[in-house]
Amino acid sequence: MTGSAIAMMVFAIVVLWGGAAYCINIAMKSRG
Amino acid sequence: MQPREQWNTRTGFILAAVGSAIGLGNIWRFPYMAAENGGGAFFIPYLFALLTAGIPIMILEFGIGQKFRGSAPLTFARINPKWEWLGWWQIGVCFFIAVYYVVIVAWAISYVGFSVTQAWSDGAGDFFYGPFLGLTGSPFELGGLQTGIILPLLAAWIITFLVLYGGVKSGIERASKILMPLLLIMTILIAIRGITLPGAAQGLNYLFQPDFSKILDYKVWTAAYGQIFFTLSIAFAIMIAYSSYLPKKSDIVNNAFITSFINCGFSVLAGFAVFGIIGHMALNQGAAVAEVAGSGGIGLAFITFPTAISTLGSLAPLFGILFFLSLTFAGLTSLISINEAAISAFMDKFSMPRKKVVIIYTVVAAACSLIFATGAGLYILDIVDHFINNFGIVFGGLIEVILIGWLFNLKSVQKHVNAISEFAAGTWWLFTIKIITPLVLGYMAVMNLIGDLRAPYGNGDYSSTALFWLGWFLIILVVAGGFIFASLKWKDEQYLLKEVE
Repeated sequence: MTGSAIAMMVFAIVVLWGGAAYCINIAMKSRG
Repeated sequence: MQPREQWNTRTGFILAAVGSAIGLGNIWRFPYMAAENGGGAFFIPYLFALLTAGIPIMILEFGIGQKFRGSAPLTFARINPKWEWLGWWQIGVCFFIAVYYVVIVAWAISYVGFSVTQAWSDGAGDFFYGPFLGLTGSPFELGGLQTGIILPLLAAWIITFLVLYGGVKSGIERASKILMPLLLIMTILIAIRGITLPGAAQGLNYLFQPDFSKILDYKVWTAAYGQIFFTLSIAFAIMIAYSSYLPKKSDIVNNAFITSFINCGFSVLAGFAVFGIIGHMALNQGAAVAEVAGSGGIGLAFITFPTAISTLGSLAPLFGILFFLSLTFAGLTSLISINEAAISAFMDKFSMPRKKVVIIYTVVAAACSLIFATGAGLYILDIVDHFINNFGIVFGGLIEVILIGWLFNLKSVQKHVNAISEFAAGTWWLFTIKIITPLVLGYMAVMNLIGDLRAPYGNGDYSSTALFWLGWFLIILVVAGGFIFASLKWKDEQYLLKEVE
């Protein structure tokens, strides 16, 4: 794989799954 | 008036909403959409579309469903009695999608069995169109029911029936809690196998290699907005119905973010699974990935992927079963939600108990779905799918955002949502609903209309008679049905009271 393809792959995973994890974390904190 | 059912847990609601959003398109549409529209660069317009249209509309639908506590027709009727027809329009869309979507789920169920023996080994395309579908020459040449499809079709309807008959907590929530984790685990397993195969790097390169020049192409942006719009189950009654079962103090904004991020994250995961294995197939055949990848859709699932699976040697049956079970589960959870949107509407309008509505609705819908199990089923499905998506959903969504964004006090929804959510929908949300989503949907609607008027769908494969009766007439039926159902009296007028405690 080229470096730019790897970079975009990581970008997509981090933003989407990272975004989901961040929001779930907020939900869990709010539940206390 | 019957008390409204409720989700048992927040996790149950999110899994059901994610289950609705994650469907066949996540597996067979997204990876191709990305690969054909700039590869890795596609993620920039895709994320932009997610944040400026997908999530805002989902917040809107979660918000109005929870605030007005009704199915789409009831919610719109409570917002303004003159808008009930839009809810029924969306229910019409749900019904027509349900009756063909269930047949694709039935095909997937059949292919779980075929995976064991690799029944397609003499040629996946020939097998699919020939012995399996018994494809005829045209949409009006039915060719009789395909016996191999009837049994899995019956199975798909029985599962859907049992889940819906069980109700929100014991049926939909329980099924989502079982099916969604299983779907995720199976997709991760296929993705891991996919990316560890020889040749996988070429497949993933095809998917992720960015072509940043494409970002300047407006067609790529239209494709990104279209993909986001269709992937999230928004604008056709489902999310309104699901959120109407939320307890009063439930979060809205964060739930919309979680649902959307998981849905889109799953699409990327599916991309790994699909293009990892297709890259391996390309290596085996000594061809470029682009040459063997096909163009996605039904062809990917039932022709390209079976061919690719056959290159996995002794593990072929196992990964065939996993792939088609994933398709089945993704399809079933979406199918359940599409039918639930309609069932909740009939329960509200006619004040009928769930069990009675589920029995009547399922029998009628199952009977209608038989047309797609004939030798002409694939043609009819293709035409109905094109018109329902491009006109039924897009125009319905456009009218929804215009009515609620401009002719209703949108700030009252914002105030309601922010009072119960973990973080606020700020001015950005008002801007996206009032300006961005109507512009984007308006553009899509006009372009779809011009496109079909200039060049009839199917590149000459379908007659104008077929396109009229299975396409345009169906849209007329959906719109007219909306007004007819809205003109019927509510069995219990109490339902129309705005503040239902």
